[in-house]
Amino acid sequence: MNRVHELICIVCPKGCHLKIDDDLNVSGHDCPRGVVYGKAELLNPTRLLSSTVAIESADLARLPVVTSCEIPKREIFNVMEEIKKVSVAAPVELHQVIIANVCGLGVDVVATRSVKR
Amino acid sequence: MKTVDLAIIGGGSAGLAAAVSAYDEGIRDILILEKDRFLGGILNQCIHPGFGLQEFKEQLTGPEYAERFIEMAKERNIPYRLDTMVMGMTKDKVITYSNAAEGQVRVQAKAVILATGCYERNAGSIAISGDRPSGVITAGLAQRYLNIDGYLVGRKVFILGSGDIGLIMARRMTLEGAKVLGVAEIMPYSNGLNRNIVQCLVDYDIPLYLSHTVTKVTGRHRLEKIEIAQVDDKFAPIPGTEKEFEVDTLMLSVGLIPSNELFDHLGLPQDKTKGAIVDQNLQTGIPGVFSCGNVLHVHDLVDFVSLEGKIAGQTAAKFIKTTETKPTKTIDVLPGLGIGYVVPQKIDISNRGGNISFKFRVKAPVKDTFVTIKQGTTVLKRSFHQVVIPSEMINMTLAASVHIDEATPITVLLEAKQ
Repeated sequence: MNRVHELICIVCPKGCHLKIDDDLNVSGHDCPRGVVYGKAELLNPTRLLSSTVAIESADLARLPVVTSCEIPKREIFNVMEEIKKVSVAAPVELHQVIIANVCGLGVDVVATRSVKR
Repeated sequence: MKTVDLAIIGGGSAGLAAAVSAYDEGIRDILILEKDRFLGGILNQCIHPGFGLQEFKEQLTGPEYAERFIEMAKERNIPYRLDTMVMGMTKDKVITYSNAAEGQVRVQAKAVILATGCYERNAGSIAISGDRPSGVITAGLAQRYLNIDGYLVGRKVFILGSGDIGLIMARRMTLEGAKVLGVAEIMPYSNGLNRNIVQCLVDYDIPLYLSHTVTKVTGRHRLEKIEIAQVDDKFAPIPGTEKEFEVDTLMLSVGLIPSNELFDHLGLPQDKTKGAIVDQNLQTGIPGVFSCGNVLHVHDLVDFVSLEGKIAGQTAAKFIKTTETKPTKTIDVLPGLGIGYVVPQKIDISNRGGNISFKFRVKAPVKDTFVTIKQGTTVLKRSFHQVVIPSEMINMTLAASVHIDEATPITVLLEAKQ
């Protein structure tokens, strides 16, 4: 059965309400960028994931981290589980890899700030 | 008394950008005064991505964006004090600050830049009826507890206000294991970015109740439940539309207000932004005293805060290097049809400078409209917008080559498409 999915386009502030079916026919868009967004969002929605990990440091209690590139949306909670297990110790360099190849996704979780001590 | 050429109050995105640009204009005797343990301000707790697309042409998280500016300040050896509170300043630019290492210090500055950011409207400012239990907290404070200190403030959460901080926290609390039952917004539209509606609410099946507000808070010690109701076009709750939610936390994301107290004590006039009234050089009514960033008007993008800080740094540097004082002649800049406020509120004709950046917000969403900067019947600049919304600040730059009449006020307004 050909289902119709409803999405809000996020390309510009207008926020068009898109309708897209399983054959990737998009409607409700005011400009061609909505079509590109709608198809990508239906076929393979991806997100950057940011969080914090525990750190032993004189300055900080939590070290902010982010995935090095977007991960599939369905993997977000699996990656969060891995992030929650981690504890690191200072010093940490900016963009130091905290978890390599997290959940086998080929993406690293990296530090988003440096910590001297 | 200790002296300094340029004192910058606040070491966040505005203050750091101002310090770096003043240094690059040749000012060396600078002092940044920061109340927190770190430079970088609110960016340190904004661990999500979405910063820097304008300034650095890449997507950064808050801490990454902050670190770039902190590095720029450190490369230049710009002096700063952390854990330092400014207690007051005088019209003669004498600042009193205190910290544990130095005690109370008075410093005479040649120029001062206020870059103290903004604070959150809280439960006291929005009159909700019912009890006053613990568990009612502003979204930004909950963000600090979670992202800096590592404490989750609740397990079952409802959020009032759909500003971006509330939306970001809805996702963040969900990722950390809390259940977010919904977000209520009193306006018929959200004040957050579409991207945040989609990626913070829709992604996690969190309902958004537009034209709804919290009407009752119940709880003896800890919050136990809240009641929301739909509102009519005068924002009055409609009887019979009430819904109850059992929650331990009510998070408020109901607006930000410039932290302009230091200027208030000087009696400097305030605009409806709650920030100072400034000219295009970001100078207040006191020569050599400047304001920039969220203390001047609340921004939605840090990139524009940095830009404003940069302008304040440049114009403060020019002020410090100039010995002769020219009499100033100013004209007013007024918000016209459909516009809520405009910064700057004045143009100093005698010190015009280069391009002039006008920053303003519309009062309500409008589609297919011209945005026009006018002087009398003369159009100085006009641009067409498919959509304008209150939560997106509009930035229009008037080129240095555009002639400005020296006697007529400037108006920024919306004009219907012909």
